Amino acid sequence: MAQHVAPPTATTPALPGKLPLKDIAPWAVFFGILMLVLLYFVGAEQGATAVVSGEDVHEWVHDARHLLGFPCH
Amino acid sequence: MNSATVRNLLVRGMLAGLAAGLLALVVAYFLGEPYVDKAIGFEESHAAAHEHEVELVSRSLQSTAGLATGVLIYGVAFGGIAALAYCFALGRVGRFSPRATALLLSGTALLAVYVVPFLKYPANPPAVGNGDTIGKRTTLYFLMMVLSVLLAVAATILGKRLAPKLGTWYATVVAVAAFAVAIGLAYAFLPVINEVPNDFPATVLWRFRLSALAIQVTLWGGFGLVFGELADRLFHPKPATLSTGTAVAASQ
Repeated sequence: MAQHVAPPTATTPALPGKLPLKDIAPWAVFFGILMLVLLYFVGAEQGATAVVSGEDVHEWVHDARHLLGFPCH
Repeated sequence: MNSATVRNLLVRGMLAGLAAGLLALVVAYFLGEPYVDKAIGFEESHAAAHEHEVELVSRSLQSTAGLATGVLIYGVAFGGIAALAYCFALGRVGRFSPRATALLLSGTALLAVYVVPFLKYPANPPAVGNGDTIGKRTTLYFLMMVLSVLLAVAATILGKRLAPKLGTWYATVVAVAAFAVAIGLAYAFLPVINEVPNDFPATVLWRFRLSALAIQVTLWGGFGLVFGELADRLFHPKPATLSTGTAVAASQ
């Protein structure tokens, strides 16, 4: 009812500080690359380039590839 | 302690990406799939002379399990990358709360990762696109995506540099204008691709592209809201504060 009259200090918590780059870097490098590999398999594998032979990966994610905007056959 | 925060944000980002992917999957299935089917119908009616290719994965699997695999992996992967970008952005782009930073980041990502490349090289349904040019089209699409993301990062840094001189408002205006000019130049100089068959129904193409855009708006919008909430709970894990506040307010 009267929440909006509460002093602003009670409703605005302190902003979190910066995270040091040296703490972010190892996660960013390892997981950044892992995530990009996942995106490659969804978006481009067995299109212009192929790591796995055949057409199975391409055919399985075919609809997703078209609808997510990746170039497809 | 800080490394644990990064890990925590990464896990939350991937979970938020999964949740956003589920929302986007619903949009993709109900808005997008009907036009994929119409486009395949067009493709088949025009390929009658050719011998039919062997179907490796049936249409009913492609449009359900296959679609889900693709969209959910896409959501989790971009969720993870966005969470890592969030770790860098938090407290560095400006004085924004955890939730506001998340929404700002996901809005920028929608624009830089998807909308900007889409305006030059839009999503195409089956039957649109020549199989022989897949290499060129893939290169140009990813080039446009990387360029757009790098320019967005550069514009953010430019804005931060100019802010002390011009003030936040004008620094932001200049940075966004610089981004728009650079993207305009890229649009002008990169080759045009138009492989739409002459008699392909315009409505199907338009509706397909709109639904592709709707999928991304849902994905990034959902991600911004869910991840912002999860990040906020990480930084302010005190439900007790809220209930005390309510109790105090109620007793007044």
